[in-house]
Amino acid sequence: MADSRCSATRNPFTHTETPAVSVAIEDLSKSFGKLEVLKHVSFQVEPGEIFVLMGPSGSGKSVLLKHIVGLELPSGGRVTVDGRDAAAAETREQIRLALVFQAGALFNSMTVYNNLALYLREHRVADEAGIREKVMRALQILSLEAAAEKYPSELSGGMKKRVAIARALVMEPQLMLYDEPTSELDPVMAATISEIIATLKDQYHVTTIVVSHDRDLALNIADRVGILMGGQLVFLGTRDELRASADPRVVDFLNPKIDLANPRFKQLET
Amino acid sequence: MRTLTRVLEGIGSTLQLLVQSLSHVPTLPRQWGRFIEQCYLIGYTTLPIVAILSFFIGSVLALQSGYSMENFGAKQFIGSLVGLSIARELGPVMCAILLAGRVGSAIAAELASMKVYQEIDALETMNIPPARILVLPRLAAVLVMMPVLAIIANLVGWFGGAIVAKYTDFIAIDPPAYFAALRRFMEFKDVLNGLIKAEVFGFAVVLVSCNIGLNTRGGPREIGASVTRAVVTSLILILVLDYFVTKALL
Repeated sequence: MADSRCSATRNPFTHTETPAVSVAIEDLSKSFGKLEVLKHVSFQVEPGEIFVLMGPSGSGKSVLLKHIVGLELPSGGRVTVDGRDAAAAETREQIRLALVFQAGALFNSMTVYNNLALYLREHRVADEAGIREKVMRALQILSLEAAAEKYPSELSGGMKKRVAIARALVMEPQLMLYDEPTSELDPVMAATISEIIATLKDQYHVTTIVVSHDRDLALNIADRVGILMGGQLVFLGTRDELRASADPRVVDFLNPKIDLANPRFKQLET
Repeated sequence: MRTLTRVLEGIGSTLQLLVQSLSHVPTLPRQWGRFIEQCYLIGYTTLPIVAILSFFIGSVLALQSGYSMENFGAKQFIGSLVGLSIARELGPVMCAILLAGRVGSAIAAELASMKVYQEIDALETMNIPPARILVLPRLAAVLVMMPVLAIIANLVGWFGGAIVAKYTDFIAIDPPAYFAALRRFMEFKDVLNGLIKAEVFGFAVVLVSCNIGLNTRGGPREIGASVTRAVVTSLILILVLDYFVTKALL
């Protein structure tokens, strides 16, 4: 996998190039009532890199991701995409960003083909022939041509994830976000999804942010990794720095030991 | 106090959704397919239950009024009583109640499950406003189909009354006499008022159901709760609006 970061995103359909975008999280805080989910988180994602945000369940990773796409508003601090406020509606008009949801969030009443065509039709990107060409190309990239006329309920978990990625791809995104792309998948399918993410980034130089607690994914495809714990960023660095980290929280997160003599859930009780 | 806040929030978000939907009206011509689909779901699939209920409401109305009016020797006016009652009040209210149960619940369930399973979030990240593709076609369809349903409810209800008036021994009024009485005391304005009411009720039911569906948070349990809330809110709204619209039209 190429590790170099590129400053231009290549369109998968027209092969034209547009500048890759950066993302800046500045002193971001988020509370739901009295529950503080994110506490003064700051980091920067460089144009064209794969940034993997890891952390235990409930650490605030998905909430942070929702701030980047403008689905949540910060309680404090701000999130910018290429210098533009992520919460502003205009940002989504000026920058093409695509989010691959954890459960796919495919439109259940539509076939796979129509799931992919919806964005193109609604934004009148092309005529029906052009839309067909783009959709079939995206399906071909993800090896999903045979599933075009199937409904989401007829697909396996891995296929749903691939369709969700294909749907994101037809938007010709400058920024791709993945929310737990390998969760609920068998190890081989999880590796396949990791390969797809890395390949799309290598071929099209899309700035990519992956929220995951998949250690293999982070250690194999990330340019940089951030680890969130309890709403705070406890690690930020390259994957080599992650491997070398001596921080006990990071070590325990990456290589948790199953300790039957002193189980963690008993410690939580006390 | 909390309930009042929730009611006010609900009114605010419903009006906001209405404004958002209306701002997308220029896109309606290119949403023809969705509009036709919603016309089918709102109009065609509701028609059988509207017809059945209207027939029996008309029948029972004729039966009850025939039984009561016989004592005053006024049973020749059954046609006008059934006609006016159905056209001005029962037709539109019945259609709206059936719409709330049949269509409002389905809309709330569909949109709530889309919200819970993040399909609505997916639309927003694609910069496709849910108000444009999910709400506007339904509002346009109900505006077209509600008067049609109300007219059919009127006709079938009148016909049900006529059948009972003819074949019930203690009434025994022939259809020509029944319909002559119906025409004598009824004006076009009466039917028109009923259609206006049906239009207002139908629009309110669909808008409220869409808003409740789109504001669902949580899991599968909340989908069920949203459906119940949509139907109950619609029913209350129909009765409240009925009073004010009737007063305005008198």
